[in-house]
Amino acid sequence: MKILYFAWLRTRVGRAEEELTPPASVHDVRGLLDWLKTRSPGHAEAFKDLSVVRVAVNQTYVKLDHAVKPGDEVAIFPPVTGGMR
Amino acid sequence: MIRVQREDFDVGAEIERLTAGRHDIGGVVSFVGLVRDMAGGTKIGAMTLEHYPGMTEKQLAEIEAEAHRRWPLAASLIVHRYGRMEPGERIVLVVTASAHREAAFEACHFLIDWLKTKAPFWKLEDTDKGAQWVAAEARDDAAAERWSKK
Repeated sequence: MKILYFAWLRTRVGRAEEELTPPASVHDVRGLLDWLKTRSPGHAEAFKDLSVVRVAVNQTYVKLDHAVKPGDEVAIFPPVTGGMR
Repeated sequence: MIRVQREDFDVGAEIERLTAGRHDIGGVVSFVGLVRDMAGGTKIGAMTLEHYPGMTEKQLAEIEAEAHRRWPLAASLIVHRYGRMEPGERIVLVVTASAHREAAFEACHFLIDWLKTKAPFWKLEDTDKGAQWVAAEARDDAAAERWSKK
């Protein structure tokens, strides 16, 4: 599974992407995030407040209960802040 | 049409190209977003827009297709830049063309409101306190919400 990180989540995790094989017990996005938190203090810090974390699976926005499977591209990022303000 | 690019764009040339030879178009509306030098009372030296290559193009194409479903557009264009930009630089261009002005005005407004909440861009601002990631604003969601179908 390819995991991508953007913006301040990338900074906190300390990398832009990683190729991982989550345990078979990980079925959905929430489970994946819970497992990622155990991988390093940076991951734990990045995902401590899920209200500011958004996820896309295979480049489509999804909710935390969305299923994930081997081969998926999972992107994790803050709410978008494009354009002008 | 959509384009995501690092380099600047020429608004006049883009409109010229979009409408060349099209005699069914009665009106063109354009929106150009610029980098400001202030954000919430903080002076901005420059900003860097990060995006998600692949998903950005996909999201912009979906937003554009939605505008074409809602309004009778003859043509449209979204150009969005990424990378480092200084105050005064152009960030984004939205152009809509239609036989009549109402559709072009409304679709252009819709597109810019929606792309701000849907397109995967993140802004890093250089301030006198260092580089800071910008937090999402509720008012962007509120602006996009106006276009939600009842």
